Parts: sequence; structure tokens; C-alpha cells
Amino acid sequence: MTVQQRADLATIRKQMLGEQRKLRLLQIKSNYGLMIGAGIFLLLLLIALIGPLFAPYDPAEMKVVDRLKAPSSEHWFGTDEFGRDLLTRIIYGARVSIGVGLLVSLLSSLLGLVIGLYASYYRALDHILMRICDGLYAIPGVLLAIALMAALGASVTNVVIALTIVSTPSVARIVRSAALSVRNLTYIEAMVVQGASSTRIIWRHIMPGTLSPLLVQASFVFAEAIISEAALSFLGVGIPAPDPSWGNILQAGKLVISKAWWMIVCPGALIVLSVLSLNLLGDGLRDYMDPRISGKGRKS
Amino acid sequence: MAAYLVKRILSLIPVLFVVTVVIFMIMHLTPGDPAASILGLEASQEEIDALNEKLGLDRPILEQYINWVGGLLRGDLGDSIFMRQSVGQAIAEHIGPTLSLAILAQLIAVILAIPFGMLAAYKRGKLLDISLMGLSLVGMAVPSFLLGLLLMLLIGVELRWLPIAGYKPLSSGLWEHLKFLILPGLSLGTIQAALITRMTRAAMLETMSHNYIKTARSKGLNEIRVITGHVFRNSLMPVLTVLGQSFGTLVTGAVVVESIFNIPGLGQLIINSIERRDYAVIQGVVLIITIIYVGINLVVDLLYGAVDPRVRLGRR
Repeated sequence: MTVQQRADLATIRKQMLGEQRKLRLLQIKSNYGLMIGAGIFLLLLLIALIGPLFAPYDPAEMKVVDRLKAPSSEHWFGTDEFGRDLLTRIIYGARVSIGVGLLVSLLSSLLGLVIGLYASYYRALDHILMRICDGLYAIPGVLLAIALMAALGASVTNVVIALTIVSTPSVARIVRSAALSVRNLTYIEAMVVQGASSTRIIWRHIMPGTLSPLLVQASFVFAEAIISEAALSFLGVGIPAPDPSWGNILQAGKLVISKAWWMIVCPGALIVLSVLSLNLLGDGLRDYMDPRISGKGRKS
Repeated sequence: MAAYLVKRILSLIPVLFVVTVVIFMIMHLTPGDPAASILGLEASQEEIDALNEKLGLDRPILEQYINWVGGLLRGDLGDSIFMRQSVGQAIAEHIGPTLSLAILAQLIAVILAIPFGMLAAYKRGKLLDISLMGLSLVGMAVPSFLLGLLLMLLIGVELRWLPIAGYKPLSSGLWEHLKFLILPGLSLGTIQAALITRMTRAAMLETMSHNYIKTARSKGLNEIRVITGHVFRNSLMPVLTVLGQSFGTLVTGAVVVESIFNIPGLGQLIINSIERRDYAVIQGVVLIITIIYVGINLVVDLLYGAVDPRVRLGRR
């Protein structure tokens, strides 16, 4: 092969890669669910991150005269039972609620990844780890979280711990099954024959194959964690007052339900919006990464 | 079939073992001395020691576990410190409303979801399908307790059609009983319906792609008969599985929704017990609900096996 031919080949390869990238971009763009989900979610993330800078009031500032005021130009979302501005509290609450969701999905992805990968690689470990996961999985999620919170005590850290314990088994299972299908491929066998260390095979060669299902599951775990945090805080075993979270604003709202609809509707809308965007994101990612299982592929 | 039954039941033993270990361990995660936290700050050291001895908390942890599981196997869930009755009795008093609510919610979910799922599959790609799917997407993002609050706001507070809180047992009349359960049942059932509608639609579309459906059509059957007789029947399996799995979600959802509508079920029992640090009750409730959940899934699996020989004889 001459130098010229090699250079030509390189250009062709580059062109093909460029085409591929364009095609992928096109796929993402035509996936409306993914785009809408990602858009709304980024907006909510932004609100949680820099929203407090723009919040009109202090989240803890109480004004007795302004108790339970309906939404107005002064207080867009109205005020709560202590006269605190609800919009401000919802913005600060986004930090807690979205922060908890993010931490839970990160931590359980990490734990689930390690557990799933090692379970798929070592038979003996597989039996032990998967039985533990089965057991944890058999206890309905919110109930397990309630019991854990009862033992640990209500605090933000404990909510994250409890929900991570609840969601890790589902991640571990998904990583394990993805890892198992990679593990049976010939190139892993080739790596073993070449004498690569198990650590290298697991992390360099099997792990990348599990990332896309992991990412999809992480977005569902995120959504589920937001719902669970809200449920726990609503029951009074989650984020303790006076720190605002969407769940404990709802808890306070329940007590004044006949007087202040905005205390239910406003935080509720934020919960629905964030869960909806994460579900759209997860579904969209799944369709994008594996077009075979999408609804579009099956229509004939 | 018998071999499958035995195999399936045996496979539950490790699961239940882990479940008991987890539930047992959770209550020993409590920071500090459980007896001290039960008795409060004013208790003397003697009182604390006495309670520890009474509860067996001074024994080695393995012995405590074995004693607890031994009790479970004899049907003894321990005693509630606060209510001065056995945990089993407390659960028996509170399980009725929860089961009633969960069953009503499941009924509502099925009544809504199956026709909607079939309709969406039948009209796939059309406006009706798209709007039903959009609705179910939103439904899946609404936590059931939030829908409960919204329904309470709209129907209970604004329109005043139904009572917003309370509970009457079935013995005081069916309507009296249902009146208090309709709102909580709707809030749980509608959310559940969102998921089941999707599943039904997906299962129906899966079945529709098979050749025997083409055969049914080409032999001149009308579309309604094809959908209800051929497609739906063969789509029942996955729908049945979701129904089984969703019952667990329903019971847990019921625990949260109960607290909104002041229904004296297991949810109220567990929340009150958390405040009272009545750990035996918390353990008992979690265990019972888990056993119900596992039991229902077992029944669904067995039904699955009974109807579909591939499951029974397959490599599972």
C-alpha cells in the first residue's frame, strides 16, 4: 500500500465517521421525547443550581400578615402558612429534591455497576450478590425506605442512604444481565486466553458494554427517587422542616388544603414536570441506543 | 407441573431468608440503645436494662435473630410495646382497610386500563392512540399521593361530593364503605392504570404482528372479534404479570395514600409506630406486606406456568 493510498483510506474513514456522527445527531434530533425531556430537565437542573440567586425572597423569612396569601404579582405562587414566599421555597426545594434524586441515581449507579459487573464475572459471587438483591427487591421500595428512615432518623443524608439501598438492586440486575451478554462474546474469551487480568477485562472490556442500559436505568432511578423523596417527606419521615423540599411543602399544604390550593398545586406541578422529563429522557435514550425495541421499529 | 411448583416454591426460600435478615438488621441500625430511645430521656438506667432484658436485646445478635425467626415460623410476630398487644393482632386490626383499598384500586385500574390499552393498540398511530399514550405518560409521572391531594382538593373541598377523610368498615354497608374509599381508590387506581394501559397496548401490538392474526383476519373474522378473541387472549400473559407486580406497588401506595385520607390501615399503623419507636410493629408490617407481595407474584408465576407450557418446561 502506497503512502497516497493510505492517506486516501484515512480520508474516507474520516468522512464515514463524520457521516455516522451526522446520522446520530439526526437521530437525536428526530427523537422528540428525548429532546423535550432533556430540555425540561436541564431547565429544572438550572433552577436548582442558580435559581436561589434569583429567588425573590428569603426562604425562611416569615411574615405573619402575609399568611396563606393567594398567588399575586407580589407572590407568584402565593405564600405558605408562615407567610413565607412559596416560589422561593419551591426554588430552594428544587435543590433538595433534585439534589437527592441526582445523588441517589449517581450512588446507586456506581454501586450497581460494581455489584453487577463482579456478579457477572464470578459465579460464586453471583449467587450471593443476586440472592441479596432478590431479597431487597422483594420488599416494596417505598416501604423499605420508610423502615430504613424509621431506623436511621429523618435527615437529608439518611434519605439519600435509604433510597440508594432501595434502588441499587434494580441497577445491579440490569448491569449484570448486560455484562453477561458481553461476557459470552468471543473477544472476552480472547482476552482471557491472552492472559489479561480480570480487573482489566471487567473494567476495560465488559464495563463499556453495560453503560447504555445503565444510563437508561439511572434516569428512571432519578425519577423514582424524586417521587420517593416526596412521599417520605410527605409522611414526615424524609426531609425535616424547616428546610424546604417539594415533599414537605406538600405535607404542610395538606394541613391547609381547604384554604390554600396553591400549596398543593405548585410543588405538585414541579414534581410531575421533573418526573415526566426524566421518564421522557429515559425512554428517549433507550430508543436512541436500541432502535429495535422502540415502537417505531415494530410498526410494519 | 408438580415439579415446576416445587421448584418455584423452593426458589423462594433464599429470598425470604434475605428478607428476614434485612428487616431484622434494619431495626438494629438504630443509632444508640433502642430501649433508651423507646423509653425517652427521663428513663433511669435500671428501667432501660429491664426493658432490654424483656425484649431480649441484651442477647447476642445471632440469638436474637434466631429467636425472632423462630417466632415468625410459629406465627408470632412479637409484641407491640406501645399498644400492649401482639403485633399480629395489631396488623389484623389494620389490614382490612389497606386490602380493601388496594383491591378497589386494582379494580379501577383494570377497568380503565384494559379497554384503553386495547383501544390504543387498535387505533395505533391515530389521534386516539397518541392522546391516550400522552395521558398515560403524564399519569406515570404523577405520584398517587399527589393525585389523592388534588382529588381531595377538587371533589372533596370544592365540589363536596364525597367525604375527604375517614373510614367505615364493610359491616356498616357497602355504600358507606365505598364512599370513603372512592377518592383514595381513584388516586391509586388511575396512576396504576397509566402503566397497565401501556403494557396492554404493547402486548397487543406484539401479538398483532404474528401470522395467526393475519390468518384470523383473512378467514373473514370481523376486526372486533379478532381483537377481543385472538389478540387480547394471547396478550393476557404479560398483562397478568404486570397486574401481579403492580399489586405490590398498590399496597405500598396505599400506605402513603391512607395517611392523606385518614384511613386506619397498615399505613397509619406504620407511621404511628415510627413516632412511637415501636420497632416490632414496623418489622411486622413490612414483613407481612412483603409476604403478600411475594405470594401474589408466586401465584401469577404459577398461573403463567399453568397456562403456558413453555414457561413450565423451559430452562428457567
